[in-house]
Amino acid sequence: MTLTKQVFEYVPAPPEGDDPLHGELLTLNMGPQHPATHGVLRIVVTLDGERIVECDPVVGYLHRGKEKSAESLGWHKFFPHTDRLDYVQPLMNNVGYALALEQLAGIEAPPRAQVIRVLLMELSRIMGHLIYLGTQSIDLGAVTIFFYAFKEREKLYEIVDAYTGHRMNNTYVRIGGLYADVDEKVERLIEEFLVEFPKGLDDMDKLLTRNRIWNDRNRDIGVLSRADALAMSLTGPVLRGSGVEWDLRRAQPYCGYESYDFDVPTGASGDCYDRYLVRMEEMRQSCRIVRQALDRLKSTPGDVLVEDRRFVLPPKGLVHTSMEELIFQFKVVTDLRLPKGQSYRGIESSKGELGFFVASDGSSTPLRCHIRAPGLMNIQALPMLAKGRLFSDMVSLIGSMDFVMGEVDR
Amino acid sequence: MSDADANTPLAASAPRFAAALGALPHCISQSPDGPVIEVELANLHAVLRALRDGAGFELCSFVTCIDHYPTTPRFALHHQLLSLAHNDRVRVRCVLPGESAPTCTDLWPGANYMERECFDMFGVRFGGHPDLRRLLMPDGYDHHPLRKEFPHQGIEPDRLYRQWDRARRASWTDDAR
Repeated sequence: MTLTKQVFEYVPAPPEGDDPLHGELLTLNMGPQHPATHGVLRIVVTLDGERIVECDPVVGYLHRGKEKSAESLGWHKFFPHTDRLDYVQPLMNNVGYALALEQLAGIEAPPRAQVIRVLLMELSRIMGHLIYLGTQSIDLGAVTIFFYAFKEREKLYEIVDAYTGHRMNNTYVRIGGLYADVDEKVERLIEEFLVEFPKGLDDMDKLLTRNRIWNDRNRDIGVLSRADALAMSLTGPVLRGSGVEWDLRRAQPYCGYESYDFDVPTGASGDCYDRYLVRMEEMRQSCRIVRQALDRLKSTPGDVLVEDRRFVLPPKGLVHTSMEELIFQFKVVTDLRLPKGQSYRGIESSKGELGFFVASDGSSTPLRCHIRAPGLMNIQALPMLAKGRLFSDMVSLIGSMDFVMGEVDR
Repeated sequence: MSDADANTPLAASAPRFAAALGALPHCISQSPDGPVIEVELANLHAVLRALRDGAGFELCSFVTCIDHYPTTPRFALHHQLLSLAHNDRVRVRCVLPGESAPTCTDLWPGANYMERECFDMFGVRFGGHPDLRRLLMPDGYDHHPLRKEFPHQGIEPDRLYRQWDRARRASWTDDAR
């Protein structure tokens, strides 16, 4: 499905005349506290007048040593830390980590848990894309969209709050399934969201897609060719914006994505505007998947946690009444031993391929838990895209590459 | 089982690997997520190039290291590659005799930050890397935190700050104080 730009005929602004400051280089530190850098990112920009000669992103201000922490915490106790990676969509990270562990352990979540996981992942994707939309637009001066996007996002928080009891940092996914089943209230909230959200999305679409300023600030900026996108290890909406139809949900399905009906949008020229169109369409496709998952939920009864006392927590009700189950619970939390080996699992997060590479030596702590952060790759492409562009384009680029520093710095 | 579909069975991709790698010495095994090619350091770069050009692995997902301390040699380098055309993955594992390896940024420019991170965290030096600086830890930091002998609670976490603070205070005049 290739998106077409059915808007008015676009005439780019004429190039500026002779710049009296040409040739005098200025080094400017953008960040680490600049609001447009979306977190503690510093970009050292060398400017020739308004033109960017080169730029060097400096990451690591939010480095908390998550991978090192994993090596002392153990497999199960690392779940809460995955929330704090890409903190705008914690449940997605939970699922990614759980899938990597399940692959190594050779177990699989029960069908109902898989449906709920799909539901949570698609709601998380909308959460992630709304953050993109809100921050990108407020950076480019469209403050209204920021409030529109966060109003919609608040409804998602309410859904997640009703389900998990927390707005952020939910930690609701477990090895072999989920902590708890969804109830009627959550289903009702999602139903309401599915009715209201497309209207809100259409409003934002109407305000932006044909907006002259939005077009000027996004079109033909940060043009990324197919070959460059692949060479720079870019994935997700950025790669699809460059016209590559690659979606892990379609190509290497997990949690039963192969049985859902959805389209994979791709852009034509790979500029910031294409990436915007791709993300807008992905939110609509996510709504389609959520609708299907919600229908499937009614026809998929059963447990949300597989029964396997080696790797999976026993049901909470039994833990309170049975000594053995209490011991199993204790063993899983403190002394979970995964089979010796190494395994990598990538999932389609809203930023790109989020992957967990886990290596076990058979003991109760990981030998290595490497997190493949899509945001780091997106930041890496910034110097290539910004070179020779105007300084104001830097803001468009940062927003359009869509990264969250919690995940980049780990 | 849906997860199994994602993993191309070894039999399907083995002829492709064999054709691409030719006479290069290697050993293919199967891990829970797909094939793993084990190579020696001398052949690492040639194998990676053959996989990119001959077997269609156009995207490098990540480059990372595992520290097998106290076993020697301690470091094993892992390159995870992805082929969009064939829809499969492969991991190249290479045990490093020392603490250096050839770069693969000439094959995949995107490996730049991954190798910088690997150098930062493990102290593995990548020969031929265009810009081998620390990525996540500050410049001037003396340790490589993901090495197994590095303590979990960290080492003198505010040394750089105290150093900077002392220099700053020394430069203050009486008026400023």
